[in-house]
Amino acid sequence: MKLEDKKRVLREMVLHRRFEERCYQAYIERKIGGFLHLYPGQEACCNGVMEAARPGHDYVITGYRDHVHAIKCGADPKRVMAELYGKETGSSKGRGGSMHIFDVDKRFMGGYALVGGPFPLAAGMAKAIQMKGGDEIAICFLGDAANNQGVFHETMNMAALWKLPVLFVCENNLYGIGTSIERSTAVIHQHKRVAAYNIPAAECDGQDIDIVYQHARKAVDHVRGGNGPYFLELMTYRYRGHSMSDSRGYRTREEEELWKQRDPIFILRDRLIAEGAMSMADFEAIEKETDAYIENEVIKFAEDSPEPRVEDLEKYVLADRETQLPWLTGKAA
Amino acid sequence: MANIMYWEAIQRAHDEEMARDPLVICMGEDIGVAGGTYKATKGLYEKYGPLRVIDTPISEGGFTGLGIGASFLGVRPVIEIMSVNFAWLAMDQMFNSAAKVRYMSGGQLTAPCVFRSAGGAAHQLGAQHSARMEKVFMGIAGLRVVTPSNPKQAYGLLKSAIRCDDPVFINEHELMYNMKGEVPDTEYFHPLEGSEVTRSGTDVTLFGYNISVHWCLKAAEILDKQYGISAEVIDLYSLAPLDREGIKKSVSKTHRAVIAEEDEAPVGVGSEVIAIINETCFFELDAAPVRVHSALVPQPYNHTLEKATIPDHEDVVKAVLKLFGKA
Repeated sequence: MKLEDKKRVLREMVLHRRFEERCYQAYIERKIGGFLHLYPGQEACCNGVMEAARPGHDYVITGYRDHVHAIKCGADPKRVMAELYGKETGSSKGRGGSMHIFDVDKRFMGGYALVGGPFPLAAGMAKAIQMKGGDEIAICFLGDAANNQGVFHETMNMAALWKLPVLFVCENNLYGIGTSIERSTAVIHQHKRVAAYNIPAAECDGQDIDIVYQHARKAVDHVRGGNGPYFLELMTYRYRGHSMSDSRGYRTREEEELWKQRDPIFILRDRLIAEGAMSMADFEAIEKETDAYIENEVIKFAEDSPEPRVEDLEKYVLADRETQLPWLTGKAA
Repeated sequence: MANIMYWEAIQRAHDEEMARDPLVICMGEDIGVAGGTYKATKGLYEKYGPLRVIDTPISEGGFTGLGIGASFLGVRPVIEIMSVNFAWLAMDQMFNSAAKVRYMSGGQLTAPCVFRSAGGAAHQLGAQHSARMEKVFMGIAGLRVVTPSNPKQAYGLLKSAIRCDDPVFINEHELMYNMKGEVPDTEYFHPLEGSEVTRSGTDVTLFGYNISVHWCLKAAEILDKQYGISAEVIDLYSLAPLDREGIKKSVSKTHRAVIAEEDEAPVGVGSEVIAIINETCFFELDAAPVRVHSALVPQPYNHTLEKATIPDHEDVVKAVLKLFGKA
């Protein structure tokens, strides 16, 4: 990554962190309902991979911890926050919520709440790309626990068999809901699990964005080069619980502190400071500007936006009737 | 009009749509090189090649999800689930992904895919290969369900389903693939909504769909000839949505209703039709509506027991006679 890109990404990662922390606060204030799965601690994963890919061009899909992936693809943070507030201006018009952020214009193809659900959807998008002959790739970000669902194996088999242009990114944060990986999974290192399907794979530190980027560069080039799927495992950690209802009784505070010493934002910040590219004061200014932006623009937009109309409750269940009449009535021209 | 078999009608619909649009594909177990368990995709592999006629591994959840994902980008997949019994494995993707994605994305994304599957009890296939599962599919918001009772419908419903932007589940029947019937020579799109008056009558309405339409038609013949009862037969080829107006109109005319289904009774087509009658024309009724349906047992292997499980036209006749106090 070029220096300018690193500085830009640091600023983005701060936005991602502060956005999520602000969500936490809004949830406590009951402005946000439902389930809320937050991303702090894992920022280098999404950012490192997407810096090697083409946001807005490549098709990205993920699970329910999806706010940051959407924003990284180009979704407007204001509209993502408005979605969490359940507003009509939200990225899914308030119908989706935290787990179902979509921005199809930016090719962010959604957050899904069944942990393994996106695996075959990603492979299917790759199948469509393959048929159409485009240079896009499909990128599927999921957690380690998703690999314990049957569709993981079904999808790996088909992706390899048909050489589909799909990159599977496994953000291994060591916990599936509240069960640690060693208590749920026979193999800790997830990249080993795709060897059976002859899918090239690698594992790396998911906290250091430079390392993530290097590995992602290779992975993205492999997939875009028409060589079939690739599986990239990033070792990472989520600071907060699985969702907001989680008091983290299944792990120790010491373990959490250990991981926080390898914070992805601080690793990049300290490197840039050491290289003389910025000062601590610069970083603090970024944090301040980010907080002001979130408060004055993002939160304000969500607060001020209208609720969806109850009259529109059934809108979007099916395609707009008028456009489908030839097939619904059989009176095709 | 060509007199062709049900499977030929389905094959023709595939062929025409694939010839028209390079983004129409079909996928499923044994559909390509082997030509399809029920021949519904016969010859397509040779014509359109392995990239568009995809022999899948036996991974129903995986390949159904893969088809849905492809549909997000404009591909129109026709996904064959060889036996509806295997659809349980694909339902997570059908329901959680295909049926809900338009709504939960606020209308941004749609899954224009077709799921075709053979349901119904064939001959002694036992509990895990004889399921009728219409009831499971017809209560899902965002999913259309149709079920052809003859080759013309099999052809025209698949044509319309491929063109429609909504996900459509097509419920076929294992025993009907070799049934012959008239299909228009020119391109024909059957409506995905509504119902069809297959036989006009005045004394009782017999509601059927898919195979049970044929029980109803046979029963109507017997009722007319032997008992002087004039039965109207309504073909509910669309199970989701059900044709509320069509149901109301017929029952308001005949004042009596029998619903025949091969599915088991609880939470099924019959329960739903009776609910619609109650909601739309209860006071038109001269007698309480009756359901004819399968026994609520896992399908037995033994021939005699199996026969006792599944209703037929005689059960429809008996139900009608009971309605008229003649049995």
